[in-house]
Amino acid sequence: MARLSKENVERAERTIALYPHARSALIPLLHLVQEQDGHLTNDGMEHVAELLGLTPAEVLGTASFYDMFFTHPVGTYLVSVCTNIACMLNGAYELLEHAEQTLGVKAGATTPDGTFTLEEVECLALCGNAPCLTVNWRFFGDVTDDSFDGLVDDLRAGRLADTIPPHGTHARVARSVGLVAAGPAKAAPAKKPRAAAVVDNKGDSAPEPRSGERK
Amino acid sequence: MPLTDVDRITTRRIGNADSWTLRSYLDNGGYAGLRKALQIGREAVHEEVNKANLLGRGGAGFEAGRKWGMLRQADPTYLVINGDESEPATFKDHMLIEGDPHQIIEGTLITAFAIGAAQAFIYIRGEFALGFERMQQALNEAYEHGAVGHDIFGSGWSIDVVIHPGAGAYICGEETALLESLEGKRGFPRIKPPYYPAAIGLYGAPTVVNNVETMSNIPWIVVNGGDAFAALGAGRSTGTRIFALSGHVNQPGNYELEMVKPTFRDIIFDPRCGNGIRNGNEVKIIIPGGASSPWFGPQHLDVPLGQDEVGKADGVMPGGGGSMLGSGSIVVMDETTCPVRAAWRLVRFFERESCGQCTPCREGTGWLSKILYRIETGSGRREDLDLLYDISDNIIPGMPWPYPMTTICFLGPSAAVPTVSAMQMFRDEFLVHVKDGGCPYE
Repeated sequence: MARLSKENVERAERTIALYPHARSALIPLLHLVQEQDGHLTNDGMEHVAELLGLTPAEVLGTASFYDMFFTHPVGTYLVSVCTNIACMLNGAYELLEHAEQTLGVKAGATTPDGTFTLEEVECLALCGNAPCLTVNWRFFGDVTDDSFDGLVDDLRAGRLADTIPPHGTHARVARSVGLVAAGPAKAAPAKKPRAAAVVDNKGDSAPEPRSGERK
Repeated sequence: MPLTDVDRITTRRIGNADSWTLRSYLDNGGYAGLRKALQIGREAVHEEVNKANLLGRGGAGFEAGRKWGMLRQADPTYLVINGDESEPATFKDHMLIEGDPHQIIEGTLITAFAIGAAQAFIYIRGEFALGFERMQQALNEAYEHGAVGHDIFGSGWSIDVVIHPGAGAYICGEETALLESLEGKRGFPRIKPPYYPAAIGLYGAPTVVNNVETMSNIPWIVVNGGDAFAALGAGRSTGTRIFALSGHVNQPGNYELEMVKPTFRDIIFDPRCGNGIRNGNEVKIIIPGGASSPWFGPQHLDVPLGQDEVGKADGVMPGGGGSMLGSGSIVVMDETTCPVRAAWRLVRFFERESCGQCTPCREGTGWLSKILYRIETGSGRREDLDLLYDISDNIIPGMPWPYPMTTICFLGPSAAVPTVSAMQMFRDEFLVHVKDGGCPYE
C-alpha cells in the first residue's frame, strides 16, 4: 500500500510517452495502481498526480467517476453479476440471489475472509450468453446456479489462477513498442522517451473466447 | 422475405482457430486492404468509402465517408475508434474486439491514412480485459509486421496507434464524453455546438470518431470496392450488419446479415438465427436497436432490418415516428414478460449511468425509475401514469421520434423512450398493477 514501485514507475513513464498530453495516461495509470495495491490507495493516487503534473484532487475527481475504480479494499475476486435486460429475462435476479446465498453476503459486500466481493452490475455485453458475470473482469456466460457454485469452488481452490489474475490486473499483455512514427505535434512535456522500448509480455496465452460467437 | 445467402464481411474470420493472431489474419487475406490503400492513395480510399455509403455502426448511423469529409483542415488531426460498447443488449463489438482485433487495426490504419491523422487511438471498454489484451497483442504484432509505426510497408507513411482502456462508464460511448475520458477527465459529454468532433475534438484538434464495427468494414470495402458493398442491402442501408439478438429467443447470438432484406420475423424465427421463441411462446415486445430505441410489438414483425425502414415504421411514440436500428441489437420478450418491470430495469440503467450534468436527466431518470418501481411493487397510484408522461415530456418535449431534447446528450431521452413506449403499448397492464396493488406476473 504505497507509492508505485520502481518497476511500475517505469511502466507508467512508458505509458505517458504514448500520448501527446500526459493527462491522457491518467486512466491507464490508475489501472496500474489498482493492479499493484488491489484498490486505489491515497499514496498511489498522489504518486500518479506527481507523475502527471496534476493535483491529487484532480486524480480522485476523475477516478471517482468510473465504476471499475475502488477507493476502498475489495476481495481477491470481484464477482460482478449482470442484471440488465437480456440477463434479467434469463433469470439474472434469481442468479444474484443464489450468489448471495452461496457467498453469504449481499451484493455490494465482501466476504469476511476477504476472498470475494459480490456486486450487481450493468450490461457486460455478453447478452447472447445470458445470464453472465465477470470475475475480475474475466467473462463467464450461460451461468446456472450449479455452474456458479462450481466456479466459486474452483476459485477457492486456486484452480483458475492462470486465467483469472488478482483483482486490479487489467491486462497481462503490455505494449512492446514505443512511438516510432514521425509523430504528432507535441504540446506536452518534452522528456518523453521516443525510442522503442521492449517491456514484459508475459500474458500472450489468453484464455479461449466465449463471446456469443455463433454464425 | 427470407434470409439472403451472402458472404459475411466483418465476422468472416470469427471462429477460425486463433482468429486473433497475426498468423491467422495473414492466412485469411489480412492487411491486403492496407497495402491496396497505400497504393491507390487517400482520395481514392475516401471515394470507395463514399461509394459504399457505409453508415456508422455505432448507433447514430451517420455516413462514415461524409464524416471523414467534414474534418476541419488543421495540423494535427486525430482518429479515435470507439470500442466502449455498453448499450444494454449490444454485444457485437465485444465479439469483434476479442475475435478479430487485426481487422479493427487495419481499418483504423486505412482510415487514419485517408484522413491524414497524426495519431490514432482505439478506446476499449474497461470491462473488456481479454479484449484489451487481444487488441494490445495484435497491435504489437502489427508493429513487428511493419503495418504500424514508421514507414509502413515501405510507403513512406508513418503513424502510431494506441490502445486505450476505459474504466467503466456507459456515457463514455457518447463521442464527446469519450474524448473527455481519453483526455484523462470525467466522462462528461461536451456542450454542443460544436456538434461534431470533426471541428473540435481531441485536445481541441479536429477528430474523426468511428465505431469498431464501422472500422471492421473498411478493409473489405477497400479490397472489393465501394460498389460491391453498396450492391448489398437496399436504399440508404448498404452492406451487411451484425445484429445482436438476445432475450427469449431459442438461439441468441450475433448474426451478420444483409441489410434490409431480412425482417424482424426472419431473424427471430429462422432456424439459422433466433430459431423462434422459447417454449413456442409469442412475441410481445421487440426492442429494435438497443435500450435507447422505442419499442416495437408483434405488429412490427415484418419491418425490414434497415435504417430508414425501422426509422419510418409506424411506431408507438405519442408524438409520432418510428424507432431506430441504433446499435443493431434486438431484444425479444415473450408474453410472460411484465412490461413495467422491463421498462423499470432499462430506466434504472440510465439512472445509474447519468453523468449528472443536465437537470432533466439527472433528476428525471431517478424519478422515472422510482415511480416505475413503485408501480411494479404495488405502491403505484393512478396519477403516476400522467406523472411519468409529464417527466418524459420534460426530457423529450412532445415525445415524438426522433425527439427534440432538453439535455446535452442522448442519455436522458433514452430513459424517457422505454417509459413512454411501455405506457403506450401496455396502458392496461400499468392500470392492473395500480388496481391490484402489485405485479400480476409475480
